[in-house]
Amino acid sequence: MNDMAPTREQREAKLEGMGCKRKRVEDARFTQGKGNYVDDLKLPGMLHGDFVRSPYAHARVKSINTEAALKVPGVLAVITAETLKTVNLAWMPTLAGDVQMVLADGKVLFQNQEVAFVVATDRYAADDGINAVDVEYEALPVVIDPFHAMDADAPVLREDIAGKMTGAHGPRKHANHIFEWSVGDKDLTDVAFRKADVSIKEMLSYQRVHPCPLETCQCVASFDKVSGDLTIWGTFQAPHVIRTVVALIASLPEQKIHVISPDVGGGFGNKVGAYPGYICAAVASIVTGKPVKWVEDRIENLTSTSFARDYHMTTEIAATKEGKVTGLRVHVLADHGAFDACADPSKWPAGFFNIVTGSYDFPTAHVCVDGIYSNKAPGGVAYRCSFRVTEASYCIERGMDILAQKLGMDPAELRLKNFIRPEQFPYQSALGWEYDSGDYATAMKKMMESVQYAELRKEQAIKREAFKLGETREVMGIGVSFFTEIVGAGPSKNCDILGIAMFDSCEIRLHPTGAGIARVGTKSTGQGHETTWAQIIATEIGIPADRIMVEEGNTDTAPYGLGTYGSRSTPVAGAAIATAARKIKAKAQMIAAYRLEVHEDDLEWDIDGFRVKGLPEKTMSMKDICWAAYNSVPPGMEPGLEAVSYYDPPNMTYPFGAYICVMDIDVDTGVYKVRRFYALDDCGTRINPMIIEGQVHGGLTEAFAIAMGQEIRYDETGNVVTGSFMDFFMPTAVETPHWETDFTVTPSPHHPIGAKGVGESPNVGGVPAFSNAVNDAFAFLGSTHIQMPHDYWRNWQAAKTLGVV
Amino acid sequence: MIPGPFGYHRPETVADAVKLLASLGDEARPLAGGHSLIPMMKLRLATPGHLVDLHRIPNLKGIRNDGGKVTIGAMTTQHELLASDVVAKALPILMEAALLIADPQVRYRGTIGGNVANGDPGNDMPAMMMTLGASYVLEGSAGARTVAATDFYQGAYFTALDPGEILTEISIPTPATGHGYAYEKLKRKVGDYATAAAAVVLTMTGGKVATCSIGLTNLSETPLLATDAAKAVIGTSLDDGSLKAAAAAAEQIMSPAADARGPVEYRKHVGGIMVMRALKRAAQRAV
Ligand SMILES: Cc1cc2nc3c(=O)[nH]c(=O)nc-3n(C[C@H](O)[C@H](O)[C@H](O)COP(=O)(O)OP(=O)(O)OC[C@H]3O[C@@H](n4cnc5c(N)ncnc54)[C@H](O)[C@@H]3O)c2cc1C
Repeated sequence: MNDMAPTREQREAKLEGMGCKRKRVEDARFTQGKGNYVDDLKLPGMLHGDFVRSPYAHARVKSINTEAALKVPGVLAVITAETLKTVNLAWMPTLAGDVQMVLADGKVLFQNQEVAFVVATDRYAADDGINAVDVEYEALPVVIDPFHAMDADAPVLREDIAGKMTGAHGPRKHANHIFEWSVGDKDLTDVAFRKADVSIKEMLSYQRVHPCPLETCQCVASFDKVSGDLTIWGTFQAPHVIRTVVALIASLPEQKIHVISPDVGGGFGNKVGAYPGYICAAVASIVTGKPVKWVEDRIENLTSTSFARDYHMTTEIAATKEGKVTGLRVHVLADHGAFDACADPSKWPAGFFNIVTGSYDFPTAHVCVDGIYSNKAPGGVAYRCSFRVTEASYCIERGMDILAQKLGMDPAELRLKNFIRPEQFPYQSALGWEYDSGDYATAMKKMMESVQYAELRKEQAIKREAFKLGETREVMGIGVSFFTEIVGAGPSKNCDILGIAMFDSCEIRLHPTGAGIARVGTKSTGQGHETTWAQIIATEIGIPADRIMVEEGNTDTAPYGLGTYGSRSTPVAGAAIATAARKIKAKAQMIAAYRLEVHEDDLEWDIDGFRVKGLPEKTMSMKDICWAAYNSVPPGMEPGLEAVSYYDPPNMTYPFGAYICVMDIDVDTGVYKVRRFYALDDCGTRINPMIIEGQVHGGLTEAFAIAMGQEIRYDETGNVVTGSFMDFFMPTAVETPHWETDFTVTPSPHHPIGAKGVGESPNVGGVPAFSNAVNDAFAFLGSTHIQMPHDYWRNWQAAKTLGVV
Repeated sequence: MIPGPFGYHRPETVADAVKLLASLGDEARPLAGGHSLIPMMKLRLATPGHLVDLHRIPNLKGIRNDGGKVTIGAMTTQHELLASDVVAKALPILMEAALLIADPQVRYRGTIGGNVANGDPGNDMPAMMMTLGASYVLEGSAGARTVAATDFYQGAYFTALDPGEILTEISIPTPATGHGYAYEKLKRKVGDYATAAAAVVLTMTGGKVATCSIGLTNLSETPLLATDAAKAVIGTSLDDGSLKAAAAAAEQIMSPAADARGPVEYRKHVGGIMVMRALKRAAQRAV
């Protein structure tokens, strides 16, 4: 071999493939203010739309007078439900099988609901116009407390479906009832509880929060009257789904609809669904013949676009006195707000909440979820989690701690005792899932060793004594959380959105000089797809990652995909990318065999090309194969080197992790200090460890915010009292704890590259770790459960209730 | 979050500003750093027809020690307070408080004059000024007058400022050398107004409190001077009993609103805790 030839390590390194801490290619533009977001888009003649919103949570709309508004300089049109009715768009379908008002039609059902859309030459004029629209309301009684939504005398919220006692998911028990969803074996579970030595029961509330991406929801709609084309640039996590929704409701042919997601500043589930702003901007563009921009402000984002959680989970666990769990029973009261606009796969009204058996070997379980309407904003989206998995994880992880407390057992020990064992995989859960793989005990023990768990417990015992003696006013809490997620929706056999199976897709085209483009059906909202997708391709076909351009978000060029949420990009699109790459590799092998004058089977893959088995000096690099693909392919073969893959996953993937939080709380003020937070994640094959770490940091910060302070709170008349960053807890770097990260690797057996997804794990696993830490801090004073969020005043209130202040 | 239309004026002398305010009438408001006023305008909670921007008036800025008193021009920014040697030497408590106001971006723009003139019970400087015995110079078409900080605050956003008046400077008697001081502020995060805060300035002789004044932020419609609480510690060595008595006396005059920071009971309780902690820390610093 030539002395100058690069070593295998050098060739490998040059690829920057899987496992490489490759720097994010998108950051060059983001860190220099060169990103291209929706609000950066300025089209000639562009108009601006903005909403008149309801000050009431529940009211009849008696009249809307737009006369004065139309006289405001710059105001061109005011669209109301009456206008929308002429094009049959006053209501729109939701992803959950319900319908939702686009603009108030006769009544309003939540504060800040969209009532009229003012279109003007600039944003200032639009706002002046809003203030000039005169709406007459007649206030109605409200439903705010979900526990009273189904009272006999509760006001009927949804008059449009009042007589329909069957909804999209079966029978409705009350005018304010949406669905009942029941899974598992009720009778067997009842038996388990009758026979149990020990059982616990606790109502665990996961408060209403908001995904709160830094960039709010927004779009620009532009209708070309001549060609009949409608182009919508928007902050969409799932642009193809938006295109199909528009085609279905606006009766425009789908090829005339162009949906483009440019750079998106965070999604977290908030940008999956369709909002009135999109419809109104599109209608306004059709009416005026001009492009129309709609950009939410922060208050509008927090109070009207999709919230998350609001699950009230009555949780029961049955166990033997030795601490073996024997049954799980959960009833959930799910507050969906005014319209059922959850973004779940169609057949899953409560998402994948039936992952609630978690990491434990429950012989039997039963779950029942009741969804209800209330006078709150619609939503219920998967905020940085696969559908309702965060709620499930919180439920079981708090439940296990409460059980440990009752048994007088260490919570880590209780978990170790009940884990699904490695040899049980693939594991059939009592609630119907097939867990693909896992090695829970190894992860748990690694966590316990890393943080010196036993030492921490000793220290805690000493501190508790000191507290009892009055020597300190601080209590110390240790919060353990061991989560199993279910991500990567999903197999067409049980997952669809609006009837479209939840596959994902990739198209790769290689260019003659050994470079290429990959187009993918997902849409990065900050996850770094442009970086990691190229890394998968680099490893699969030996073209350096920096020679692969990744493009997403334009429905005209990207293959149809279901978008990015639910940690599905790597499990589904990642698999499509690997599969498309392998198709290319197969063709490349035929070309190489022809050029090297050997049989295909005599070739083997070697980092960045093929070599002849037994003759390592006889090689053809992928770069050379690319050139050959365009001029000397074998006779009868089509030239070019490209492939498409639409990947229908055979199963979900099941990432897991072991987290621990150590916290001190000053009982006099309720002020907490997070002393330590350690997160071990097992997401299977690790594509880019640096990006994984970044994702974990971000998700943990959100988990911290949720557990320790965030909530969308309503007063008793339905006013949102946490509608801005003044009160909706958005921590800064100053408040955010230091994160320690770690990992184990248990590849997914069914995924082409063994990857499982990681973006959402830290939010899913982080919240219970924080909440368990707070609860553990107060446990020795006789407390069993304190509801989230654990902000200062609630911690103080807990201490007060326990009689220590 | 878009303000309504307004006229914009930028006079170069106090006299011109006063004239403008007089001629434009009720519709006009002075604009300082804009970090309280502009957010309110964006929410259309404030809808002034005219803004009279004070940034071009050079003699509204500056900090001097005239021996016996420190004079601070209204347009001095919170950042400038932090960078001032005069403040560092004579009024270290102002530094401590300024550092607890919002974040550097807000402090670069926000002025001390705007902070004390605003009348928001959440602002940190007003209680500080009451604690320090400061007074404000107000200038209007009828001339200049001086009002003590303790007489200035009448209700939330209601102050002794007459329409058309500008607060031009703040005058603070220099605290005794060797005084102890502390500002204890409980807040949920950077950029948050106080859940409860207490300012303490005291002197000690022979291990006992000789003089003391205590101010409270965001615990009522206006900033408060907790006179009885201060009395409760005079002559004591700040033992547990007198600290608790001070906290109890302070809680007597608190009437905070319930908000996302917590219910009334909590805010009063931590108000008392802030008083005790500020007293302790101030005493440690006193020489
Ligand atoms: C995110 C954020 C967090 C904040 N946190 C805090 C905090 O923790 N503590 C705190 O104290 N403040 C806080 N503030 C407010 C900040 O300190 C403001 O800068 C200050 O309250 C007002 O000063 P300004 O110069 O910006 O005044 P402006 O906003 O310009 O004016 C405020 C009001 O005072 C009037 N005014 C201003 N100057 C004069 C004058 N010379 N004569 C007469 N009237 C005048 C104006 O007409 C207006 O009514 C925060 C602000 C923000 C945006």
